[in-house]
Amino acid sequence: MSAETLIVLIYVLVLATFVGFELITKVPPTLHTPLMSGSNAISGITIVGAIVAAGPDPGDFSLAKILGLIAVIFATINVVGGYLVTDRMLKMFKKKK
Amino acid sequence: MDSNLFIQIAYLVASVLFIIGIKMLGKTATARKGNQLSAAAMLIAIVATLLDFRVLSFTEIFIAILIGSAIGAYFAQKVAMTKMPEMVALFNGVGGGASVFVAISEYYRVFDINHEVLDTTTGVTLVLSVIIGSVTFTGSYIAFAKLNGSIKGQAITFKGQHALNAILFALLLIASAMMVNDPQNDIYLIAVLILALLLGVLTVIPIGGADMPVVISLLNSYSGMAAGATGFVLNNQVLIITGALVGASGIILTQIMCKAMNRSLVNVLLGGFGQTSSSVDTSSGSDIVVKEVGVEETAMIFDSASSVIIVPGYGMAVAQAQHIVRELMEQLEKKGIDVKFAIHPVAGRMPGHMNVLLAEANVPYDKLVEMEHINDEFANCDVCLVIGANDVVNPAARTNPASPIYGMPILNADKARTVIVSKRSMAAGYAGIENELFGADNCLMLFGDAKAKLTQVVGELKEM
Repeated sequence: MSAETLIVLIYVLVLATFVGFELITKVPPTLHTPLMSGSNAISGITIVGAIVAAGPDPGDFSLAKILGLIAVIFATINVVGGYLVTDRMLKMFKKKK
Repeated sequence: MDSNLFIQIAYLVASVLFIIGIKMLGKTATARKGNQLSAAAMLIAIVATLLDFRVLSFTEIFIAILIGSAIGAYFAQKVAMTKMPEMVALFNGVGGGASVFVAISEYYRVFDINHEVLDTTTGVTLVLSVIIGSVTFTGSYIAFAKLNGSIKGQAITFKGQHALNAILFALLLIASAMMVNDPQNDIYLIAVLILALLLGVLTVIPIGGADMPVVISLLNSYSGMAAGATGFVLNNQVLIITGALVGASGIILTQIMCKAMNRSLVNVLLGGFGQTSSSVDTSSGSDIVVKEVGVEETAMIFDSASSVIIVPGYGMAVAQAQHIVRELMEQLEKKGIDVKFAIHPVAGRMPGHMNVLLAEANVPYDKLVEMEHINDEFANCDVCLVIGANDVVNPAARTNPASPIYGMPILNADKARTVIVSKRSMAAGYAGIENELFGADNCLMLFGDAKAKLTQVVGELKEM
């Protein structure tokens, strides 16, 4: 990786962190748990890297690919489970009628 | 259009949707839509990745996705709301684990398949990704096991613990440096992996009980950072952006939790809240004399009240008493009594734990009032019902400078005209200290299982 690429990536990291802090500072306590499980599901974005790692030819069973496939399973549990459980929780939050 | 460019644009769209999704997740009215939006963003990112020219083995990938989805969906549907902290810990763990596997896979791909040389920058990011991911992975499982009760939930400390951690950390740094210096030799990477997994275990075992909300939020933050670090390894912006968002949200929650306990993060992480206090509670002595109250009398006290504040704690979750609490609320409201819930930020084992439980029991969320907003109301309230909460209503935090929880913001339950405490026994709370509130003149103890006792109280109220 070249130094220029690294700098660009660091820019992205720093700016996204600021966006994150700005977005989340004012979350009411009622939503703390859904926020946590929802953002946890988002961290399953690693699935994108996992899919590429599991990508090589069908016949190929190199260590790299096997690790990739395990990563896909793990990340999918994180993504699917995280989103569904968050939705299940948020469905229950009701205002007084 | 070139497929790579298309993928990049799809990632950009996904990143924007993630940001909007998180923003919407922060408001009660839009939260559910926000979560769905971020799920849609995830779908876009996944579909775009499948178009990548390096992705050829669709069958295997689909099978892996199917397995993961089935497991994830099963747990998400099955889990009881009281078990939500465990669930979050579990999902955190697999997220961290996925980051580790991706990073190590990338390492072997570079050498075994492409026969390239790993440059220093990639080496550093790879090591970071493995470390953060591994600590998240084992740390989350220890947190899970503690919450689940399969290992002791309290702080586990032993002599030389900090020294051991320091040595392991130093070894980890050395192994990391060796790995970056000589990437061809995978023994260093394996050493980094093992040391980081161990550190994940050792850093979480000394933390327990009521400090769990801090740990869970911190691990949540780590899982984001792990994803971000993997983004550096793969030169993938969408991973970095989402990782940063999750990392930031976890850090903010961690800060809120620490502030609510008036403790610094370092203090929590070093653990051993319980033992530091043990010397104090012997000196204070247990000369507290409590007054017990029966079911009928409790119902009568409620019947003659005009305002009631309910303070739930972890004990309510343990007793699964949230549904009967809602019934009690309905009974009281039928009699024209004003009912509110006072929620301490660290009540339960996870940020917002009580809110989720009460939402499950159909308590409208606008009945749940935050500490700062309700603390002045206790003085004008007739009855305060404390269910399974202890340290968060201990007046020692205000009055006794020798108490380990001194300075922690608490709910002013003791200021209510009458306080009824529903509690299994006289056992001390997590901090292991006596609660003066229980001996106060205006305090009555309703001993027994919260669910059973409150069911009887509701029955009595119905007959009145």
